[in-house]
Amino acid sequence: MKKILILGGGTGGTIMANKLRSALEREEWEITVVDQFKTHYYQPGFLFIPFGIYNKNDVIKPKSDFFPPGVKVIFSKIEMIEGKKNQVTLENGKILKYDFLIIATGTQTFPEETPGLKEDLWYKEIFDFYTIEGAIALRNFFKTWKGGRLVLNIAELPFKCPVAPLEFVFLADAHFHSLGIRDKVEITYVTPLPGAFTKPRATKMLSGLLEEKNINVIPEFYLERVDNKEKKIISYDGQEVQFDVLTIVPVNMGNEVIERSGMGDDLNFIPTDKHTLRSEEFENVFVLGDASNIPTSKAGAVVHFGADVLFENLMSAIEGRPLIAKFDGHANCYIETGFGKGSIIDFNYDTEPLAGTFPLPGIGPFGLLQNTKFNHYGKVIFRWIYWHILLRGKELPIGPDMSMAGKKL
Amino acid sequence: MATQNIAGVNIDVNDEGYLNDPSQWTKEVAIEIAKEEGIELTDKHFEVLEFLRDENEKSSTLTIRKVGKSGIVDIKGLYDLFPGGPLKKSSRIAGIPKPSSCV
Repeated sequence: MKKILILGGGTGGTIMANKLRSALEREEWEITVVDQFKTHYYQPGFLFIPFGIYNKNDVIKPKSDFFPPGVKVIFSKIEMIEGKKNQVTLENGKILKYDFLIIATGTQTFPEETPGLKEDLWYKEIFDFYTIEGAIALRNFFKTWKGGRLVLNIAELPFKCPVAPLEFVFLADAHFHSLGIRDKVEITYVTPLPGAFTKPRATKMLSGLLEEKNINVIPEFYLERVDNKEKKIISYDGQEVQFDVLTIVPVNMGNEVIERSGMGDDLNFIPTDKHTLRSEEFENVFVLGDASNIPTSKAGAVVHFGADVLFENLMSAIEGRPLIAKFDGHANCYIETGFGKGSIIDFNYDTEPLAGTFPLPGIGPFGLLQNTKFNHYGKVIFRWIYWHILLRGKELPIGPDMSMAGKKL
Repeated sequence: MATQNIAGVNIDVNDEGYLNDPSQWTKEVAIEIAKEEGIELTDKHFEVLEFLRDENEKSSTLTIRKVGKSGIVDIKGLYDLFPGGPLKKSSRIAGIPKPSSCV
């Protein structure tokens, strides 16, 4: 019996388990998934929790609902990955051997990396919205907040879902409008980037929206520490920003097992061939999604497109053929902009987000780099698509390669 | 693309003044570019520049954090050496491409 081992049962690991189980003979291939947690979170939904649009039950389901029959699932922490021995050791010392390994252990937030962040004000006046706990704590804080300085800060690059902090401030603007206290809330977006986003045309569109919504932007701010007494964030070059409530995107790093196994870069992301998605170190190890160091967004859409490529290349590797599928870094992000509207951007390694229609050229129904009601419906419907189609590894009408059709240069 | 005469040599630079070809870099070129940025280079500066050039050679993604963990300077020290946009300025002076922050 040959063995495929998948580390991580999140979006990437679950998609791969589904794709591989339907493609490979059960008598020939054993497929095992290891994950330490039993709950699958619909992470794009965390953003809506602070504003009472979703609650906890809207974003959680048991992971086991999404693994197909015939896949072995082990809920355990992972102690060590030993690529040279083709084996993985679990927390209890049990050793799992593999012929092929897929690492999909994701990225996590590490507030402890920033001095002063996880101290007196943590979950009292400082919150994150990348964990269910943080999102719910912020929801409870906002319920009684009367207004003041709301500061959003991104601590380090890269971070998961690069548009989420923008969506957060857009939704905050709409939320406090609807409560009738927008004039009492000052919203400031503090980022280490030179502007609202990294890609020029999207930055232009998003900067326009930020200005329209009266949201201040402080660019090129690289967070050194948080002062809990004076309630301010301080950058390495001495800039200071005062807050009454701080929403932070903490430092993102790969799973600690990657560091323990000596497989990661300085942020524990695994050096990965950006086209084949194979580990640069081991021929029989592939890396999917956030756990890798490929230069594109850390986001579910990238995992989904990348999974198609990884699947093809893994099948080639199994049959001893060269890896011909090439990932283009395709990312596709809905951007909630508040008041029932949204925008969409679609881009890859080489092409920045452009205006146009998506996915059907000239028809849409979605408008790229535009702010429309229809784009918002796309985001709403996507949660259903995620649970029912995407995680199960089924086909969506959008291929892995980005298409230029319908885009305006 | 444009050609600029730096320290008596013709160097290919892009619109933002970054060298197109890291192999055209010399210490003299670095000193000239640093002057434009208002920085006088010390041995410590050159240690950082060499580190950046080595990492660029290995085609690894450069971040301020990575330089901070290099053992040459901490992040605060890097800001002191190259005030105001340390990675962008040091990359330009090191003759390597402008660092691209991933999205």
